[in-house]
Amino acid sequence: MDYATLLQVLDTTIRLATPLLLACLAGLYSERAGIFDIGLEGKMLAAAMSAGAVAALTGSAWAGLLAGIGASLLFAALHGIAAITFRGNQLISGVALNFLASGLTVLIAQALFRQGGRTPPLSGNARFNPVTLPGAEALREVPLIGPLYYEVISGHSVLVYMAFLIVPLTWWVLFRTRFGLRLRAVGENPAAVDTAGVSVVGLRFAAVAITGVLCGVAGAYMATALQAGFGREMTAGRGYIALAALIFAKWRPVAAMWACLLFGFFQALALRPDVVQAVVQVRVPVPVLDALPYILTVLVLAGFVGKAIPPRAGGQPYVKER
Amino acid sequence: MDRLPRWADLTLVPLVSLLFAAVISALVLLVIGQSPVEAFKVMVDGALGSPYGWGYTLYYATSFIFTGLAVTVAFHAGLFNIGGEGQAQLGGLGVALVCLSLPWPHWTVALIAATAGAALFGAAWAAIPAYLQAKRGSHIVITTIMFNYIAAALLVYMLVDVLKPVGQADPASARFPVGAQLPALNDIPGFNLIFERPVPANVTLLIALAMAVVVWALLWRTRLGYQIRAFGKSEAAAKYAGINPVRITIIAMLISGGLAGMMSINNVMGEAERLLQNSSEGAGFIGIAVALMGRNHPFGVVLAALLFGFLYQGGAELGLWTSIPIEMRIVVQGLVILFTGALDMMVRMILERAFGLVRSAKAMRAA
Repeated sequence: MDYATLLQVLDTTIRLATPLLLACLAGLYSERAGIFDIGLEGKMLAAAMSAGAVAALTGSAWAGLLAGIGASLLFAALHGIAAITFRGNQLISGVALNFLASGLTVLIAQALFRQGGRTPPLSGNARFNPVTLPGAEALREVPLIGPLYYEVISGHSVLVYMAFLIVPLTWWVLFRTRFGLRLRAVGENPAAVDTAGVSVVGLRFAAVAITGVLCGVAGAYMATALQAGFGREMTAGRGYIALAALIFAKWRPVAAMWACLLFGFFQALALRPDVVQAVVQVRVPVPVLDALPYILTVLVLAGFVGKAIPPRAGGQPYVKER
Repeated sequence: MDRLPRWADLTLVPLVSLLFAAVISALVLLVIGQSPVEAFKVMVDGALGSPYGWGYTLYYATSFIFTGLAVTVAFHAGLFNIGGEGQAQLGGLGVALVCLSLPWPHWTVALIAATAGAALFGAAWAAIPAYLQAKRGSHIVITTIMFNYIAAALLVYMLVDVLKPVGQADPASARFPVGAQLPALNDIPGFNLIFERPVPANVTLLIALAMAVVVWALLWRTRLGYQIRAFGKSEAAAKYAGINPVRITIIAMLISGGLAGMMSINNVMGEAERLLQNSSEGAGFIGIAVALMGRNHPFGVVLAALLFGFLYQGGAELGLWTSIPIEMRIVVQGLVILFTGALDMMVRMILERAFGLVRSAKAMRAA
């Protein structure tokens, strides 16, 4: 594999890792607060459809982004009501919302545009277009580092840079603020938080809302940056890969970034079987590459690659003592 | 708080949940500018209005009985098996390997062998998550989700690189030999008086109904069933009573996976007569809705499976005759899972309140 091909694969890796990263950080807030969320997929899908539709109607990618966040928040609110208010089974709620999103997105897109459940192709300002970072053109001729900066680091949409900036932000919020401390506490021992006079329900709803916002950005990125419009089932299991990455990263923000980059790298490789064959000298079937993130996650869950210990109160509704 | 009488708990809770799901579905249809009444008419007409429609409704119901029972058995052991989809796909692989391995002399022999193959492959696919849950504490929900995706990848590989006959373009196995083709309901004496045209519902329906009885007997009439239910109610109490948690987790998941796998004799052997990509078409996930709706009882599962059979055939008719996309049925499915599974408490609270009002009204009149 030559240097140019490597840079191409890395460039694709970053583009494909971004929705994973946003969804993964979304799941991080929710699960750290003790609310399991296997509905990341559905929220992303709902956001992708809304973003695609509104961007197509208004011609503004930013309006699309807001609409995507709004749709995702709506689903997050439903999950919150089912999981927090009515203390329902969080896993079943997630499954239900995924189905709901899967069906509703097609229904609404079809009713709005009559294009077989897709939204119209976006162009110009209706999409988040690549941003050339300062100095990228000038440094392009510098050997090694120049092309790396120009091809891999520069030339992504603004949402990509946002996603990677949210990583240190999340670390800071979780580990350096009072809100973060309480959020983590409510996922480990909600009774203690309650005793301290802090609202468990309020904190958990706040966490679920942050999850909604980040999934909204992830979905909007899918429809208005990675691709030009919404297509049915366009998230294609990314919500679950993000969940896998979250476990792989043991619910830590910086590790989550590396996990998402790794899984994004696998996705990029699955698009280039020729490159894989050239490197390992044997034909690797594409399905093997597709399955790698899932297999790795199972290995992590099994404790063969470090032990993944989830937040202790995860999945349990909190019942106040009377 | 007022407690619900048992009959209300068993019948009213699922019915009210269903009502909620139906009302919201109707609202969704209104929002996208369609008429719910018209849609319902098309669904009833297409799914129940003719023997032909029933042939499809029963065909879908057959698959859903298997996957619903699969989820039920796991639920009773306190395990949420979300991997029915993957287990069903592996079951399909088992069916295909058995059917293609020999020139089967008669469908009865082939059916026994294929059922064993389907159950074995389905159970094997559930075995690893079960072992990891029992021995290493990996959350079964996450591992079974992962195994759904691994199953999908494995099936693509098997179909494209191994089972696809030379010269064929689409990723599918070869057609099964004639001796491995199951009689549809229109081929069976007695049934053929009702079903005059060829229908996809086949002899597997009878196996599904038999399995519902077997699962009922297993759960409520055997020592193993008692152990499974005891373990599901309280792991600590079960342990204290000398029930081995590792053993029960693995056995319950093997049965669950086996049942999910067995649905493939319906669609792969009974209908498609070859293995196609994504053969189970989401039936594994519908098992979750069916089990929740059927209150985790085999009898309820059969009823709920019929309901979802109606929904699936009716939904297909909607896609055919109206401009309502076929995805409407996924919306209804999601709503049913939401109300029967996640918002169960809300439905119960509403009913408890209603019963409380009736009771106090009665007390007032008496006083």
